[in-house]
Amino acid sequence: MINWNFFLEILLPSLLDGFLMTLKLICWSIPIGLAVGITIAVGRVYGNLLVSFLCKAYIVFFRGTPLLIQLFILYYGFPSIGIYLSPFVASVIAFVLCSSAYHTEYIRGAIQSVKNGQVLAAQALGMSKFSAVFNIVLPQALRRAIPGCSNEIIYLIKYSSLAFMVTCIELTGAGKIVASRYFSYSEVFLVIGIIYLTIVSLATKFLNMLEEKLAFPGWENKK
Amino acid sequence: MKKRKELILQIKNIHKSFGENEVLKGISFDVFKGETKVIIGPSGMGKSTLLRCINQLTIPEQGSIWLRDQEVTHHNVREMNRFRQKIGMVFQDFNLFDHLNAIRNVEIALIKVKGMKKDEARDKGMQELKKVGLGKQALLYPAELSGGQKQRVSIARALAMDPEVMLFDEPTSALDPELIGEVLGVMQKLAKEGMTMVVVTHEMGFARSVADEIIFLEKGRLLESGPPGKLFYQPKYQRTKKFLFKLTELYGDIDGEKT
Repeated sequence: MINWNFFLEILLPSLLDGFLMTLKLICWSIPIGLAVGITIAVGRVYGNLLVSFLCKAYIVFFRGTPLLIQLFILYYGFPSIGIYLSPFVASVIAFVLCSSAYHTEYIRGAIQSVKNGQVLAAQALGMSKFSAVFNIVLPQALRRAIPGCSNEIIYLIKYSSLAFMVTCIELTGAGKIVASRYFSYSEVFLVIGIIYLTIVSLATKFLNMLEEKLAFPGWENKK
Repeated sequence: MKKRKELILQIKNIHKSFGENEVLKGISFDVFKGETKVIIGPSGMGKSTLLRCINQLTIPEQGSIWLRDQEVTHHNVREMNRFRQKIGMVFQDFNLFDHLNAIRNVEIALIKVKGMKKDEARDKGMQELKKVGLGKQALLYPAELSGGQKQRVSIARALAMDPEVMLFDEPTSALDPELIGEVLGVMQKLAKEGMTMVVVTHEMGFARSVADEIIFLEKGRLLESGPPGKLFYQPKYQRTKKFLFKLTELYGDIDGEKT
């Protein structure tokens, strides 16, 4: 028997704050993560030896260590060097670091798939290298990177649940609290799973629409 | 005959190597205002490299390039970008910006490089597109244009910057035979209007009817140069004769008619 009372009067209201926190986490982390990812990718491809090396190191470090460890260091470790971050801020920083490292590699691949002639033509018109990258290469590369980056964005939506580990009570955290109190783990986590599925589906839909909207004639993905 | 010879471009003793392979071994020549120079020579002998040295897309190891009385070579990046605005370039494979339609291709450098206002750039862009006969195709994307149309857009794109000299790097080599004519037509018109041009091409008909001087480049050296009449009928070297004969056989009659 489904206990509708429990669902409507206890579970959903107590999940609401957590749900809003999850939205807040991803709404901050996704755009900043993308922006950082684009910057690092450009530095990795076009930077001088030092810049390129630093960007590579960034990728190796943040892609190579577990997100949870990054979170713990930021939240539990940093106070020992005098930096106190709120659970929310620590979570957003960790998510940005991790997701940007993944974005970077998708974007780097896309940048390298843009023919070099595009840059040459831009330079021949008097554009600086920076302007050519910004105005000619990135608009093409980012379109190509959408499918890959979508993947990472979807991951980010789901691993935002790790914020709970540093006491940032988001959807999963809120669920855990309700579930323990009422001892109804399966119902609660089933509902939470459905909520994540809904967010991810909406995000996927949005990203597909974006991809379609940005397509231009001759674009390989255009149907 | 040109009345007053105004020096636009000087190429002085250009050397360029790629690893062990020295592709340019000291090339020098001058280009005067309104002149059309055609560079011919076997493939892989540095013709494209030479053009790229002129606008510094490739940096030569030795020698200098002068635009009017200013040296183009040996400058910092910012100066180089300034010079490139005055030297238009048309590539063999067009290199149109794939994500922009024809008019945006033409106007983007006007906006981003020259800092022109958008509507002003649009007007200027449309003017240039009309000049190459593509006013109606302004909103089409590169993928929707034929090869000949693409190349004409790329000519319009270079012209929009009001360059002092135009460099053409085998502008018709990537085109189907029936599309070559429209591109050559535009170039012919430009030459007639007094544009200064340096053209790498195998189109002997074009070379003969438009060139003021033909330069024969072989093994990284300028083997021979002269007006078409002289080079075609009284070449100094056997090698030049043989090469021109080969080209004529391959690309058509020297009187400009395809065989």
